[in-house]
Amino acid sequence: MKSFRVSVHIVPRKGLLDPQGKAVADALHTLGFSAVRDVHVGRHIVIETAAADAAAAERAVREMCARLLANPVTEDFEIAGVAGA
Amino acid sequence: MKFGIVSFPGSNCDDDAVFAATETLGQPAVKLWHKAHDLEGSDVIILPGGFAYGDYLRAGAIARFSPIMREVAAHAERGGPVLCICNGFQIACEAGLLPGALMRNAGLQFLSMPVTIRVENTDTRFTSLCHEGLCLTMPIAHGEGRYTVDDATLERVEGEGLVVFRYVDAAGETTDAANVNGSLDNIAGVRNAAGNVVGLMPHPERALDTLLGSADGRVLFESVLAAVHA
Repeated sequence: MKSFRVSVHIVPRKGLLDPQGKAVADALHTLGFSAVRDVHVGRHIVIETAAADAAAAERAVREMCARLLANPVTEDFEIAGVAGA
Repeated sequence: MKFGIVSFPGSNCDDDAVFAATETLGQPAVKLWHKAHDLEGSDVIILPGGFAYGDYLRAGAIARFSPIMREVAAHAERGGPVLCICNGFQIACEAGLLPGALMRNAGLQFLSMPVTIRVENTDTRFTSLCHEGLCLTMPIAHGEGRYTVDDATLERVEGEGLVVFRYVDAAGETTDAANVNGSLDNIAGVRNAAGNVVGLMPHPERALDTLLGSADGRVLFESVLAAVHA
């Protein structure tokens, strides 16, 4: 078993009201970043895990997302990266 | 009739729920630690308000995996009554005992205020003494109470009469202004298909006596007592 560092992005599902993202977008507009069209605020989770290979590490983290890390009703997740640790 | 009130690390309304059972209803009550594996013969389970596990990750996300939740789910499966209040509602949704999810309030602010909710469904263990359209005033205290479901589930929730409470104005109308946290369809509380599990964001256990502003919460507790004695 090798060590892997898997990072995940969890964001509010598209189409659902994201008041936090909207508040940040409004603040950016106030600062003059008028080109900003939309902001979504989510979570970035880094998991260090043992696995046989990178694919197995990613599979395990996908299951963690489905069962705990993301809410299937309101959130989407994507694996942002898998690296040897 | 014995009430079992689950205490998670971070629960803060468990004693209020015990008070509702013992002082308001005159029934025995026991606090059940979240690590317990036994409901100690409780007939009714209350998942109380608070901030279980500090609301880390998402409100209710970690609490749902507490050992006691396996027993609570089995109790619900057997048709046993479960009342899920505020954080308890969030935990029940995370656990799949109730449909939907509770998201950050639309206005981003933590809301602590009295609200009026209208009873939409009386075919539950906790609203059997109500009539449809009855308006109840009780406090809310939450930052994440915006009820959300996907479109397919919403159709089922609305179609099968699973909405138990909606936020309304003083005239009993579901206005946008009354929908303080931006919930879908003004939904303040829902039930499971069998009607033995009910969850709501407002706090009936904080509305037991007019001295404290409202006694409208009593009817939920009296309903479950009447249902069992019937």
